[in-house]
Amino acid sequence: MTMLEVVDVSLEIGQKNLLSQISLSMQSKELVAICGPNGAGKSTLMRLLSGEINPSKGEVRWHGKPMHAWQARDLASCRALLQQQAEVGFDYTALEVILLGRHPHHQGAVRNDDVEIAQEALQTLNSMHLAARTYATLSGGEKAIVQLARAIAQIWEAGTYPRLLLLDEPTAALDALQQHRILKVAKQWASKADVTVVAIVHDLNLAAQYADRIALIKNGRLQTIGKTNEVMTTQLVEACFDLPCVQIPHPDGGPPLIASSRHLS
Amino acid sequence: MTGKTIHSAIGNNGHKVKIDAKVSGHLNKAYAINKRPAILLTLLVILLAVLVLSAGIGAVEIPALKVLQLLTTPPFSAGWQSIAPDSMQQALVFWNIRLPRLALAVMTGSALAVAGAAMQALLRNPLAEPSLVGVSGGAAVFAATAIVLGGSWMPALQSVLGEFALPAFAFAGSLSVTTLIFAISTRQGSTSVALILLAGIAIGSLCMALIGLLTFVATDVQIRVLNFWSLGSLGAATWPMVTMVVCLAGLPLIFLLKQSGALNTLALGEVQAQLLGVSVKQLSRRCIVAIALSVGAIVSVTGIIGFVGLVAPHLVRLTFGPDQRLVMPACAFVGAILVLLSDLLARTLVSPAEIPVGIITALIGVPFFLALLFRMRRKIGI
Repeated sequence: MTMLEVVDVSLEIGQKNLLSQISLSMQSKELVAICGPNGAGKSTLMRLLSGEINPSKGEVRWHGKPMHAWQARDLASCRALLQQQAEVGFDYTALEVILLGRHPHHQGAVRNDDVEIAQEALQTLNSMHLAARTYATLSGGEKAIVQLARAIAQIWEAGTYPRLLLLDEPTAALDALQQHRILKVAKQWASKADVTVVAIVHDLNLAAQYADRIALIKNGRLQTIGKTNEVMTTQLVEACFDLPCVQIPHPDGGPPLIASSRHLS
Repeated sequence: MTGKTIHSAIGNNGHKVKIDAKVSGHLNKAYAINKRPAILLTLLVILLAVLVLSAGIGAVEIPALKVLQLLTTPPFSAGWQSIAPDSMQQALVFWNIRLPRLALAVMTGSALAVAGAAMQALLRNPLAEPSLVGVSGGAAVFAATAIVLGGSWMPALQSVLGEFALPAFAFAGSLSVTTLIFAISTRQGSTSVALILLAGIAIGSLCMALIGLLTFVATDVQIRVLNFWSLGSLGAATWPMVTMVVCLAGLPLIFLLKQSGALNTLALGEVQAQLLGVSVKQLSRRCIVAIALSVGAIVSVTGIIGFVGLVAPHLVRLTFGPDQRLVMPACAFVGAILVLLSDLLARTLVSPAEIPVGIITALIGVPFFLALLFRMRRKIGI
């Protein structure tokens, strides 16, 4: 079922065209990866999808309703965003940070349910040992895990509205095992009937392993969006990244791998 | 939570997740808010003890039991007539001098500390303090103007407003400077908190320069008054004055305390707070107005009592953790206790003279604060 619709969206800030005429739609039970070179507008698109900013032209709709028409609190209870740089002011513990994600539900009056959900969210990521640690003293990877737990705790229970999980480079600066752990959780979430997951992933092969569809973005324009196997071709990837590529079949039978060609021009 | 099993929707593929006693033990540390009732109750008891102690000490000594007894016999009550003539002096001092001063001390400490905690949360900056919104500088410049240049027109104002003349004038100053800082940091209806910080520092320096200029042209007597004002004193406490301060500073204070949950989310950054459904612009604007009103009303009466707004929140955070829902109410108590004790020393150390209370707040607050810093230094391993 179509949940998230981006209809002919453009964004100009000052004289600069950040995004031009992007149209796409995303279903429930789907994980869409957004890939593209640095500065292509991936994070800007994410800000639009989250409703943080509004497009100068076009419309982003969630559950059929334009983002700006949503009550902030309703949207907060069904949409969560994991940001790239996530520093937390003051010495909150990891568990307290996750509980901040429950704010739309408790409005400052934390209930036992919220504490349990925060713990379950951390448990889901096998990281209960982080609960009492001071967030500021965690490593980059541990911070990413706590932030992901915060985001999923925010939209933990199925409610009145379908849920949207937005991940802006959740795997940046993580080692291979951590990357897979995080994307596995994202994939699990995308298997729920009322959840749509959108993730910006830099590593194409990693994206291909978990995403149902991949969108390639370049210079603020949507190059292509399609099923993983359709997008993972040398032709499309070369066009997007301006990098000569070769395609190799995955020895395990997974989606094809893309590697840069030896003959760089 | 001991031995409790909870069902995880997706955790470990739907298996039941058991949270054992060991984990739940360290979770208590992870979630300090559980201890809030106990902490606040303890602080309340300490505050009450300090109040009874302060009420008894001074030029006229009143034993603690006598303090409690006098509390039950307010002036104009039936019991007041039956007070023995030799305790009458104690009763008068207690009701007309001590109590209003204690009330002013409690209000001052609470308002400065809570406003400081709110300001630091708003700006996500541990160095922020309430005077950054311009209230202290504005009040000080106007007060200095009245003291130094007011020779011809202050008597006229005094004949209308009586003891309220100087505070009212200072309050007008604090509000106008805050409005100026607001105007600088606001464009097309949206206020930048970061600009308030910068504009506040700039305008604060300008105020200091103006006060310096006024000091330069002032007479020796005026300098003494000015000096005392800029270091703070609770000596102006009378019942009408205290009533006014409690009304003006108390309501914004209650408003600030109610925002503690929303202020918590700002720790994640403005964008994330917004995405969590908190209307950040509105929250910042309302909080800053509340801080300006509350602290403005206080400094106009007491002069500048530094340090409390900056350090009381840190004392609380270093001891009980950063959750605003605990920090802000705890600040109300800790700020009050700090100012009460400082004022007790200020009025007794060199009695019958008085030391400006702002000096004492720094003298007893700084060592305490440094001790906590050393403890923290050990904890983070340097």
